[in-house]
Amino acid sequence: MDLLKRELAPITTEAWEQIDDEARRVLELHLAGRKLVDFSGPHGWGLGGVNTGRLTHIEKSPVENVGHAIRVVRPLVELRTPIVLPILELDFASRGANDLDLDPVIDAAERIARAEDSAIWHGFKDGHIKGIVEASPHQALSVSSTLDWPRALVQAKETLRMAGINGPYALAAGREAHDELVAAGDDGYPLSKRIEENIGVSPIIWAPSLKGGAVLMSTRGGDFELTVGQDLSIGYAASDRKEVELYLTETFTFRILEDKAAIFLRRGGDPGPQKK
Amino acid sequence: MSSESYHEPVELIPEGTRNFHRALVSLREELEAVDWYQQRADACSDAELKAVILHNRNEEIEHAMMTLEWLRRNEATFDTNIKTYLNTTGSILEVEKVAAHAGGSAGDAASKNPSESSTSLGIGSLKGKR
Repeated sequence: MDLLKRELAPITTEAWEQIDDEARRVLELHLAGRKLVDFSGPHGWGLGGVNTGRLTHIEKSPVENVGHAIRVVRPLVELRTPIVLPILELDFASRGANDLDLDPVIDAAERIARAEDSAIWHGFKDGHIKGIVEASPHQALSVSSTLDWPRALVQAKETLRMAGINGPYALAAGREAHDELVAAGDDGYPLSKRIEENIGVSPIIWAPSLKGGAVLMSTRGGDFELTVGQDLSIGYAASDRKEVELYLTETFTFRILEDKAAIFLRRGGDPGPQKK
Repeated sequence: MSSESYHEPVELIPEGTRNFHRALVSLREELEAVDWYQQRADACSDAELKAVILHNRNEEIEHAMMTLEWLRRNEATFDTNIKTYLNTTGSILEVEKVAAHAGGSAGDAASKNPSESSTSLGIGSLKGKR
C-alpha cells in the first residue's frame, strides 16, 4: 500500500473506473498549461524539489576562510482537494449503472486544475512559483475590442520575434478572451480561424484560469517547464456507513527558463505600468 | 522543394501538421537507411569497409532516435505510447493489456487493478492536445 491507500476504500472496481474516467475527462479539458509547456515527469512521491543549479552565498561563514553557500532547489508543491461521495450511489456501478452522479469528482478536478494552471499563469508565491504573466519582461499589450485581437496578436508576435524568440507560437486565452476569439467576426468567419490560418498562431487553447486576457507564447520547447512528482491521482482518506471521502492530489512545480518567450495581452483597460 | 508526399492540398495543411509530416518522413528515411546499411554490411566482403558501413548504420539509428524524440515532445500520443512501451520488460502484449486497464499511462503499467495504490490518472503531458 502506498500513500494513496486506494485499496482501503469501500469502492468496487467498476465504481473506481467511473471515478477515474470522469476525473481524467475533466482534467484533460481544464488543464491548459500542460497543453503548451514542457513536461518533466512523473517522478513519483519521492521527488521533493528540482535542482536549479544555482547557489546562494552565505555572507557570514561560521568558520573563517571557509566559504558557505546553499544549493538552490525549487520545492514541489503538494495539492490535495477532497471528494465526498455516497457509497450507495457508487455501488450502483456494480449493478450495471454507467451514469453515476459524480459531480463532486468534477468539482474537485476543476479545483485542482485551477490550482495548477493559476500557478502557471499567475504564480504561487508561497510555493516559490513565478507565473508566466508576471514574469514576462514585455510590456503587456492592450486589446481594445473584439476585432482588435488580430492586430494585437501580430504586434505580440513581432515583439517575441524581436526578442529573439522563434516559434511556433500558441495562444492561451482566458474565458472571456476565448469567447471573443471563437465568436464570428464581421464577415461571419471566427476570429480564431483567421488567427490560426493567417497570423500563424496555433493552437488557441481555452485557459479558464488565465485572468484578464491571453498569453502568446512560444512552444518551441526549453522555455517553460512543469515538473510533476506524483501525477494527478485519486486517493482514499476516510469513510463511514454512508459516505466515502477521497481526494485528488498531485505534486508539482513550474519553472520559467526563458521569461521573454511569452507576452500578455490584456483585454480592455490600460496596459498597466511600463516594464523595463 | 516541398514534400511530394502530402495527401491533401498543401494550402489546407497547417504548419504544425507540415512539421509533423517532415518529422515522420525523416524518421522513415533514417530507418530505411538503417535497413539498407545492415544488408550492405552483411553482403560486404571487405572487413574494413564493413566496419565503416556498420558505423554509418549506427549513426542512422541515432538520427532516427533524435527524430523520434522530437515527435515525442510535440505529439502527445507518441509521448503516451513511448512511456508505455519503451524500457519495459517481459511480454510487450502484456504491457498493452496492463496499460489499457490502468488508463494508458506508462506510470500505471505496473498497476493491474484500478484500486491498486500506485495508480495515477495518467494525465502526463498534454502538449499537442487541444
